[in-house]
Amino acid sequence: MDFTKPTIEYADIWPLLVVFGVACLGVVVEAFVARERRFVVQAALAGLGLAVALGGTIWVAGNLHEHAGGAARGAVDVEGTVVVDGPAVFLWGIILVFALGGVLLFAERRLEGGVSAFAGQAAALPGTEAERQASTRGLEHTEVFPLLMFAVGGMMLFPAANDLLTMFVALEVLSLPLYLLCGLARRRRLLSQEAALKYFLLGAFSSGFFLYGVALVYGFAGSMEFADIHEAVRNDLENQTLLLIGIGMLSVGLLFKVGAAPFHSWTPDVYQGAPTPVTAFMAAGTKIAAFGAILRLFYVALGAERWTWQPMLWVVAILTMIVGAVLAVVQTDMKRMLAYSSVAHTGFLLTGVLGVQQVSELADGELTSLQAVLFYLTTYGFAMVGAFAVVTLVRDSGGEASAFSRWAGLGRRSPLVAALFAFFLLSMAGIPLTAGFVGKWAVFTVALSAGAWPVVVAAIACSIIAVFFYVRVIVLMFFIDGSPDGGEVAVATRPSVLTSATIAVGVAATLVLGIVPGPVLTLTEHAGQFLR
Amino acid sequence: MYAFHEGGGIPVVDPTSADGVFSLLWLVIALPLAGAAILLIGGKYTDKWGHLLATLLPIGSFAIAVAMIVALVGREEDDRQVAQHLYTWFEAGQLNVGMDLLYDPLSALFLLLITGVGSLIHVYSIGYMAHDPRRRRFFAYLNLFLAAMLMLVLSENYLGLFLGWEGVGLASYLLISFWQHKPSAAAAGKKAFVINRVGDMGLSLAIMLFFVTFGSTSFTVISEGAGELSEKTATILGLLLLLGACGKSAQFPLQAWLLDAMEGPTPVSALIHAATMVTAGVYLIVRSNFIFDLAPDAQTVVVVVAVISIFWGAWIGCAKDDIKKALAGSTMSQIGYMMLAAGLGVAGYAFAIFHLLTHGFFKANMFLGAGSVMHGMDDDVDMRHYGAVRRAMPVTFLTFAMGYLAIIGFPGFSGFWSKDKIIETALAENWVVGVFAIIGAGITGFYMTRLMLLTFFTEKRWDKGVHPHESPKVMTVPLIVLAALSVFGGVLIINDWIVTFLEPVTGVPAHEDPPLPAAAVSVLVVLVVAVGVAAAWFLVGRREVPREAPQDVSWVTKAGRNEVYGNEINDTLVVNPSKHLTTALLATDKYVVDGVLTGGPVAVGGFAGFARRIQNGYVRSYALSILAGALIVALALLAVNAA
Repeated sequence: MDFTKPTIEYADIWPLLVVFGVACLGVVVEAFVARERRFVVQAALAGLGLAVALGGTIWVAGNLHEHAGGAARGAVDVEGTVVVDGPAVFLWGIILVFALGGVLLFAERRLEGGVSAFAGQAAALPGTEAERQASTRGLEHTEVFPLLMFAVGGMMLFPAANDLLTMFVALEVLSLPLYLLCGLARRRRLLSQEAALKYFLLGAFSSGFFLYGVALVYGFAGSMEFADIHEAVRNDLENQTLLLIGIGMLSVGLLFKVGAAPFHSWTPDVYQGAPTPVTAFMAAGTKIAAFGAILRLFYVALGAERWTWQPMLWVVAILTMIVGAVLAVVQTDMKRMLAYSSVAHTGFLLTGVLGVQQVSELADGELTSLQAVLFYLTTYGFAMVGAFAVVTLVRDSGGEASAFSRWAGLGRRSPLVAALFAFFLLSMAGIPLTAGFVGKWAVFTVALSAGAWPVVVAAIACSIIAVFFYVRVIVLMFFIDGSPDGGEVAVATRPSVLTSATIAVGVAATLVLGIVPGPVLTLTEHAGQFLR
Repeated sequence: MYAFHEGGGIPVVDPTSADGVFSLLWLVIALPLAGAAILLIGGKYTDKWGHLLATLLPIGSFAIAVAMIVALVGREEDDRQVAQHLYTWFEAGQLNVGMDLLYDPLSALFLLLITGVGSLIHVYSIGYMAHDPRRRRFFAYLNLFLAAMLMLVLSENYLGLFLGWEGVGLASYLLISFWQHKPSAAAAGKKAFVINRVGDMGLSLAIMLFFVTFGSTSFTVISEGAGELSEKTATILGLLLLLGACGKSAQFPLQAWLLDAMEGPTPVSALIHAATMVTAGVYLIVRSNFIFDLAPDAQTVVVVVAVISIFWGAWIGCAKDDIKKALAGSTMSQIGYMMLAAGLGVAGYAFAIFHLLTHGFFKANMFLGAGSVMHGMDDDVDMRHYGAVRRAMPVTFLTFAMGYLAIIGFPGFSGFWSKDKIIETALAENWVVGVFAIIGAGITGFYMTRLMLLTFFTEKRWDKGVHPHESPKVMTVPLIVLAALSVFGGVLIINDWIVTFLEPVTGVPAHEDPPLPAAAVSVLVVLVVAVGVAAAWFLVGRREVPREAPQDVSWVTKAGRNEVYGNEINDTLVVNPSKHLTTALLATDKYVVDGVLTGGPVAVGGFAGFARRIQNGYVRSYALSILAGALIVALALLAVNAA
């Protein structure tokens, strides 16, 4: 048997390799560095690795080759398994930015009085002597940093995969570390562990669907590669059933990851149970990566079958927005409310996915749906990371206080923190002059130019419902005095510079993207189309 | 002459860039905005002088507005559109949305109204809010409102207009619920907010449709390209814009918030809920004339909505005993007249704006007068507890009387000219609508006379310990100015000045012969109004007014007191169904999925402990929902593509 050495274009994929390399290095550090210095070393290593990867991504972005008359830029690498094109590099960039935010939040130790937000010893059963000892000895799990790096690597690979198998591997690489991270909360550990288990079981379940879809599509096309699938879809008119069920199964796997209805049920439980820094990182990172994958799968591999899958996505988008917006209204816990709001955002993003993809089909001055979705993901990420970062600050004697009743009157006790949170909420609600407005406007217009007006009408109706529950929180913070049930109220704890920096960057980005969105919109335009 | 569409009579927006005094355009918005920022950020350091600063800044804006309109009138007729580019909001490839301002005859008149009446109301508020501990905040919100309202009428594109639109909504919400210690005020603010969002939905859809159709939201681009629009698209756009206008302007079926909005301090009711913000819908329609002129069906709907609103509001105005709510009903009705004129197309636009201006004067005057009366009556709003106030508060009485004569259309007063013109045009366009408008004028005469008699005439019915007294100068001087405007506002129509002035925006109306000579129409209207006034005199003025509202009244009065059941209609049609939807979704999330799996534990949900266990989010129920979803997705794909 011949064995040919694969060609690997290191010049294109080295940011990805840096992230994976640092992750592996982190595992080694775990074994060789003394415990008292480990936390700082790990945090610094992760931060440095992400920063280098971010720099590398920018460098790679500057060196992409043009294709198809400048409509797309990039190259298919590593024997056709990874594609480094404009959209992929853009997604890498924003994933790395939010991962850096995640590292900063992970490394925050001031809020818990000198220890991180993660369990001292995950193996100790909650409520036992072992747990008490772990906490009195000030133990910390520094493995969270390598885990985060592995997840980031998977997230970067996910939207850059050029065949179904790579995509599946990336899906698992990004998911497994997250399952673990979700179960590592220092406080309310049972809730956290329950969330992790749920996320794991359901994730495994949906991965099964995805894998089954891979098999069916392979059966139809005779290949795993997106370009070949595209050809097969265009030419082969037999075995449609195989393809259709295959598309269905693949969609289930991906829609689960983005939390679209009816595959959203894990979202509130997991977002609530996971340690808040993990929630912040996951809410932004996973959604960005999975939307990148959805866009690539549907546009590159299945673009020729648009009329097949579009009705299905119409229905899913409308359902997701309604479920997210309506159920968010009745929540009484901040993290659950944000979780449902993230479900609603998934619906808005799907609305964008339904837009026109081809530049040639557009009039002058119109956005492509790829541009709109990429921009929305950016705005959404900043607002979500920022909002969850604020949630980590608001505490009472039992740690983080996420119940609404604790937040009542926060605007009087901690005006700055409440104002920042209100600002993030306004952006999520899409009020003009915030980033969220431009993002919503972009995805709605692209969907409307593609004729998806029923979805847009539903989207606008849902965004109006959404404004209601965001404003309700603002009213709660600023116009209500003290706890309505007479219980304890929370105050904002002063964080270290790490969390403050994350929140500050989030606010600045949300404001700038709302007032001068031009540069980032140009950047999304510059990213061009997917490379086939 | 200004540019026209080929074949059509719709003017194209084609501004020149701003120079000279017009380069100060941005300052008109910036001044009140700076005031709001200083007062809100400066906090209690500005408590002492904040309200004075907040009053001076709008006066500054007013001065600029006056200078600009003088310069504008000095220009050639075809050169009366000025644009100022502030900065580029979005830019990506061909897409370009600028923060541009447009100053033309239409925005010039609005500018004067907003800054002028706004300044007067700021002055009045110095007296009215003198003892309120949160006075600084009140003035900050008022300034914020002015900035947003000015943005609304000055923007050169629909996105900027939307920014102002949302801004005035926010300010209105903050000001309605200003006295948050009253639960009713908080609820009213919320209601206004929610209902307005329904209208906003129409506006935002329209903006997106503009963008998709024209690739831009700028008035210049849209008015240029509107000629190629199909009638169907134009109609859809028109209806969506109308939905937006109905929300802001409290027109049927989105009127229910306006009466509750009277919970806000009275200067707010005068400024926002009578003179300026509620007329934004009329502005929107007149501004979008290039769409409505191409969509006769949409115009018909505007007229129908307007006629319903005229009577709906008048009905409420006849039955309410709360002086502010009676005035609010009248506002709805009068805005109905403006909408009616706007719906009549080119012939009516100018008169819609004319009535909007005169109404701004006399209604602000009467609201402030009502505030002055309430001030003297220990904040009692029930007219059944007033009576014979005229002797105790002569200035308030006289100024209020000027507003009263203007609104009923007493010959010579401003309202006479503006309403008369609308009725005349309506008769010429469609005599049925014209007749409705005349009857509406009669009812106006009735309810305003009733209000006047109950408050200033008849017997004293005051509460014990109430000693009405005239308000301080700082409150009466604005009243006098507004009263003067109510009397003399009609000068704008001399030589058809306002019509000619607005022609570059609204187009030149075709000459039509009215079915009756103009003088005959005027006489007829005055006679009908006289009947209304006389009816009020016999029904209210000559009888004894009970201090408690009698309960054994006809269904007509009952319906009027209940705001013609607007709230009940909303509850049945909108609120309850959405509540059911929420409950159903919650139930689906919590029970149904699991119920299928475990054989219907929902049926025994009465066992509290058991029910709680169902709700805790079993993985298996989630997995089942995923499985069901997967099945639905696969089956849907197969079903859709079976053929």
